Amino acid sequence: MNDFFTFAVLTTTVASGIAVATPFLLAALGETIGQRSGVLNLGVDGIMLLAAFVTYFIALKTGDLFIAILAGAATGTIMGVVTAIVSVKLKAEQGISGIGVYLFGLGFSALLFTKLVGTPLPIATLQPVGIPLLDQIPVIGGMFFNQNLLVYLAFILVPVVTIMLNRTSYGLRIRAVGENPAAADTLGVSVALIRWSTVMLGCTLAGLAGASLLLYNGIFQVNLTQAAGFIAVALVYFGGWRPVGVMAGALLYGLVGAVILTWKSLGIIPLSASDLAATAPAIITVVALLFIARRFRQPAVLGRPYERGG
Amino acid sequence: MTRSDPGKTARSVFASLRTDGGRFLLIWFAIPLALVVALLLGAVMMLALGANPLTGYSALLKGAFGGSYALSATAVQAIPLLLVGVGICIAFRANVFNIGGEGQIAMGGLAGTAVALTLPDLPGPILIPLVLVAGAVGGGIWGAIPGWFKAFHNVNEILSTIMLNLVAVQVMNYLLAGPMVDKSQGSVGGLIPETKLLSTNSWLPVLVPGTQLHLGIVIAVSVAVAAYLLLWRTSYGFKIRAVGLSPDASAYAGMSVKRTIVTAMTLSGACCGLAGAILVFGSLPHRMVADGSLTGFTGSAGFNGIVVALFGGLNPLWTIVSAFFFGGLIVGGSALQIATGVPSDLVTALSGIVVVLVVALEYQRRRARARSNAAAGARTTSRLRLRRRDPPLAVMGGDEQ
Repeated sequence: MNDFFTFAVLTTTVASGIAVATPFLLAALGETIGQRSGVLNLGVDGIMLLAAFVTYFIALKTGDLFIAILAGAATGTIMGVVTAIVSVKLKAEQGISGIGVYLFGLGFSALLFTKLVGTPLPIATLQPVGIPLLDQIPVIGGMFFNQNLLVYLAFILVPVVTIMLNRTSYGLRIRAVGENPAAADTLGVSVALIRWSTVMLGCTLAGLAGASLLLYNGIFQVNLTQAAGFIAVALVYFGGWRPVGVMAGALLYGLVGAVILTWKSLGIIPLSASDLAATAPAIITVVALLFIARRFRQPAVLGRPYERGG
Repeated sequence: MTRSDPGKTARSVFASLRTDGGRFLLIWFAIPLALVVALLLGAVMMLALGANPLTGYSALLKGAFGGSYALSATAVQAIPLLLVGVGICIAFRANVFNIGGEGQIAMGGLAGTAVALTLPDLPGPILIPLVLVAGAVGGGIWGAIPGWFKAFHNVNEILSTIMLNLVAVQVMNYLLAGPMVDKSQGSVGGLIPETKLLSTNSWLPVLVPGTQLHLGIVIAVSVAVAAYLLLWRTSYGFKIRAVGLSPDASAYAGMSVKRTIVTAMTLSGACCGLAGAILVFGSLPHRMVADGSLTGFTGSAGFNGIVVALFGGLNPLWTIVSAFFFGGLIVGGSALQIATGVPSDLVTALSGIVVVLVVALEYQRRRARARSNAAAGARTTSRLRLRRRDPPLAVMGGDEQ
């Protein structure tokens, strides 16, 4: 037990927990924006898989990680168009159409990977960039201020999305459309336009999440996400539809996972029980949902397509 | 001009036929239409990957349905899809969205395997029913938990089922690498996470010698028929459907909405768990093997079962047809890969497209039907028209507008 409480071990554990949390945070922030406008997007995992593959493929062919990340985000945007057409324009049942998008992403990313790449080669991972001065702070610097750029981006987006949702007229419209679309419509707010924009934004962030997950792993494999996109959706509920709550959930999920990995490598948990210990993040999330479901109310028309006079 | 001018009547009938044509197509052929569009998109993908779609699809058909061996492979593939699909039908009819099929299959497989490992010497006629019931119980418990969470604690079932999938995969890894591992294997680099060969008494008997077709198909079809009878011929089934259509009205009528939700999820999980047990005792290796992921054991049946149930219109009897069809797609997928070099993952992508199209057309279909019902209302109110009810696809909102 003593080994765990050395600064070096603690620093690496927390730092890797934050890195692990980043894809969850990016995807969950995007999902939060969409859900606040009343659109449930369950296809996040499929979108992340497609974006992760595109990022991998571009990085493999060009060697330029920046272009690869942009391509991953763009893949998310394109899938956003598909999701918006299905959920907003055609008013499909969002819980089920999301499963369709997921299956498409799972199958199509595997198809492209097998056909276009075949033998997996590792690519360069995103290098950590220290923030001058701050990364010199003992312990804390190593934990928080020596991460890659996508990590910083994800955490900067937390206040940005909070302010956008609560302090701008666009955010007010998003919330109006998610709570009472008929009233918003009466006041001249285009429900469809707002939802198109939130879905596109959310899916772009899901694309970024896929890219960051891939660059964390450094290699693509079939079903790379292992349900990360679904966990991101759960974290939105966990966070009570508030960006800060979502961040807390993502950090909890990432840190618990990182702590268990460290314990496993230090031999604190016997190897035979490590699989059981790995259930901890999921169980903690479910138990937390039990308490959170009572305290927060979901957007009033979540998952319900809007129809005039409906 | 009198009102009975034949020319005008003919013209107006013709005009109404033309506008009704699109509605007619939507109302009756939405599901086949979705399939055709998906197959066309698949053809485009094959062309883009430099393969001939005709060669691909004919190889797929032949691999799935050409000859008794292919047919038996398709039927074996259809068994888990059918059982999961039936479970999805029950849950969806109660307006509960069970996407934890993967975890429920795994828990069912583990429970059945545990019984077979503990009581290997029981005779077949006792052991086989016992392991199957154990599977159903294992899956049922894993389905009851999210049902209870939803009914009594207002936790969204989509989230809890996903989380329980993640728990199930780790429990499976733990049991197969630890307590249930085959200790007799003499490997050097650590034990392979799999059980020992299960007692031959627990093997599902093969029905047609020379093929892999086993007893599971009879069980799966019987369960589908039983689920149909339950849903449409018993008062309990009526309760499930009533709760799905309108929880408020059902509560007002004195039904226990919460208990019905838990029961529907338990039955749904039990179907998936049974599928898991059949996957173990009807498989060729006759042991439970883990590759560290749920898909490795389930073959994604937990998700594909949703496709199958939707394609069968959430009716257990049509789900039989639909499961056989999708089983064929999966079996034929490998033939397609051999013939054209296009990976069989194409089938997964296509089934995703089918789901998206079916639900996208569903709303348009309902609107078309509402219009044609409104138009027909003046002419006739036949019993047939009144009896047609749409399944509750309003999963999240739970409202029928």
